[in-house]
Amino acid sequence: MYHRHDAVIVGAGGAGLRAAIELCGKADVAVVSKLYPTRSHTGTAQGGIGAALGNREEDSAEWHAFDTVKGSDYLGDQDAIELMCQEAIGAVYDLEHMGLPFSRTEKGLIDQRRFGGHTRNFGEAPVMRSCYAADRTGHMILQTLYQQCIKHNVHFYDEFHVLDLIINDGVCCGVIAYELATGELHTFHAKTVLFATGGCGKMYKVTSNAHALTGDGMAIPYRRGLPLEDMEFFQFHPTGIYKMGILITEGARGEGGILLNGKGERFMERYAPTIKDLAPRDVISRSIYLEVREGRGVEGKDYVLLDLTHLGSEVIETKLPDITDFVRTYLGIDPVKTPIPVQPTAHYAMGGVPTDVNGRVLADEKGNVMPGFYAAGECACVSVHGANRLGTNSLVDIQVFGKLSGKDMARFCAETDYTPLPEDPEGKVREEIERLKLNTGNESAAKIRTELQAEMMDNASVFRTADSLGTIRRKLEELQERYKSVRVDDKSTIYNTELMEAYELGFLLDLADCLVVSAEARTESRGAHCREDYPKRDDVNWLKHTFAYQTDSGIKLAYKPVTITKFEPKERKY
Amino acid sequence: MQVTLRIMRFDPEKDKKPVMKSYKAEVEPTDRVLDALNYVKWYEDGTLAYRRSCAHGICGSDAVIINGVNRLACKTLIQDVGKTITIEPLAGFKVLKDLIVDFEPFFEQYRSVLPYLINNDPKPIKERLQSPEDREKFDDTTKCILCASCTTSCPIYWANPDYVGPSAIVNAHRFIFDSRDQAAAERLDILNTRSGVWRCRTIFNCTEACPREIEVTRAIEDVKRAILYGES
Repeated sequence: MYHRHDAVIVGAGGAGLRAAIELCGKADVAVVSKLYPTRSHTGTAQGGIGAALGNREEDSAEWHAFDTVKGSDYLGDQDAIELMCQEAIGAVYDLEHMGLPFSRTEKGLIDQRRFGGHTRNFGEAPVMRSCYAADRTGHMILQTLYQQCIKHNVHFYDEFHVLDLIINDGVCCGVIAYELATGELHTFHAKTVLFATGGCGKMYKVTSNAHALTGDGMAIPYRRGLPLEDMEFFQFHPTGIYKMGILITEGARGEGGILLNGKGERFMERYAPTIKDLAPRDVISRSIYLEVREGRGVEGKDYVLLDLTHLGSEVIETKLPDITDFVRTYLGIDPVKTPIPVQPTAHYAMGGVPTDVNGRVLADEKGNVMPGFYAAGECACVSVHGANRLGTNSLVDIQVFGKLSGKDMARFCAETDYTPLPEDPEGKVREEIERLKLNTGNESAAKIRTELQAEMMDNASVFRTADSLGTIRRKLEELQERYKSVRVDDKSTIYNTELMEAYELGFLLDLADCLVVSAEARTESRGAHCREDYPKRDDVNWLKHTFAYQTDSGIKLAYKPVTITKFEPKERKY
Repeated sequence: MQVTLRIMRFDPEKDKKPVMKSYKAEVEPTDRVLDALNYVKWYEDGTLAYRRSCAHGICGSDAVIINGVNRLACKTLIQDVGKTITIEPLAGFKVLKDLIVDFEPFFEQYRSVLPYLINNDPKPIKERLQSPEDREKFDDTTKCILCASCTTSCPIYWANPDYVGPSAIVNAHRFIFDSRDQAAAERLDILNTRSGVWRCRTIFNCTEACPREIEVTRAIEDVKRAILYGES
């Protein structure tokens, strides 16, 4: 079926919905999502959105920018970071005006709490910068934005799974989607397309990510020859519930929680003497791995404890109610009385589809844009997170760049006409679906996915070496080969979720390839990319962004310089 | 451990009516029922269809009936439901396939209560002020994840699909009692109709069903009182 909209937004999380709101009244906008909008993963964000409101203590956007640059291990582009931290303040007020029920101070202002890596006066001490709504800030953001979309009559296509991008003569002119309820293919013809599809954490075994996070919006343009930036940087959040990976917000440490090893020591005092348990996530995740490796995990196992017991039940129940519920439900323990077993969990892709600050997708490392194509949120890479994202900055990212993308899309829609569609735009997707449905091979998508997740966890997670990356690269070659023989038993057209899971696995495999090849090439340690065989950061050779391209002769890598404005790279100490 | 899952299956392309089928799944006692469903789908029968996403009780995708009770499959542990687990689609909605039901009427009712902040005053430069006490008045109802566990547990809703249902009332409550909102009267008018709050007979199924532990029945009573006595 054929549809036409000025602006098609793929993904109904915080970035997509924010862009949709910005476009309302300025262009005919439609949101296409493989989930019902309120199921999007933004809803699981907990601890808050960072902005220098100064409601609790003195703060400034410049301090926020410095913390973000330092947190990124100097790989973030400083012009984009300065803009984001400045815009963050208005973005939070925007959300409040839309109705977001923030927690409040005694004076009725938006309340703020401490968070990892956020400091006052360029690293002196932790600062209260995270604006929060209990520990369900993401839920409130998602609900509020969806409510506003209803108010503005945004056109939604729910449970439409986008599988391809339509490009004609170097211009983006739409997407192809598979309707889950009917199995029908839909061509969305558009002047502008925004990808806001979130992350790809499902390539790892232990992850905080939803089942839906299979990196579709990164893999689709990558398969169409567009680059992916800095994919080797994948964040492991230090406090996932042991074995399950469910997130326990950094806000728990912002409220005063501490990490203890198997000997009961507050080990972060050794690794980050100034801000201790509020060091950035890459630092803490590495510290936990090292404690475990040196035999100081709890009971000799691969986890440590997050201790909240000294906070008292009032703080825990009112400021951290959701995580308290998770711990009671999934671990059967009460965090008021018992410390929580935690381990690092795959959480966030710093890399993604390269864009400029207006969300326009870069077609190459030289900075040329692909007209009509935009990306925002986790699937994009502006880059504001560089080698390691600070907590709260993902919500800042989706609000600031979702809005800026929407604004620029409106401009583009007003200035341009529809580009004609190429011949048979659905062809490639139709072929792949038929291939999967008719395949008589004996491979199971679930088995390949399980192996992928286990091997990525073992070889390409917090610590990496040339050996481990070589191992996983060879394994991926095997899995890619076996993927060609994946059999889908469900031949039906109505809600064929097995078919879509198999399709998504193909995306994950391509992205894992991209991550591993980018990581093998980067012979230094920076932020979340820690090479044990190259333990030092190397600014002389590696202060640059990776651009990876999928080509017929394998993955090609190119590089783009980092933009530095006022913060000269320095040693990163906390 | 091995558990038996009895799952209500329905393939609209083949079946005239739903049929119960049994499967064995290898799971840990501390696994979620969703893990058992995944086990069946991934290793026993790929054609099984259900919705799922976040897998920890926030996205609201996987509300189903487990051993007769509305629950989220991802928030229910195997050890809490025994070795034989019966799983059926939510009651009161049209079944589209297996455990997947039609959510459109549910969202239509949600939209009917004006579920968004209405405040026509000029926006201040900074935030609108709200005291912690005023913020607390509607805290409970902000937790709703629109999973439909409450609405599909309500016998009144089963009998009268026109009834706006507990979930829509919860979402109206969230704005009626928000000190920043100016459209409480409009929403109360909407809920003071034949398909509104007076359908509720305080059966409390909704409160028991809510996976977010929202006091749904209390919220409905708050709205009834606001209509009668103007307390919002």
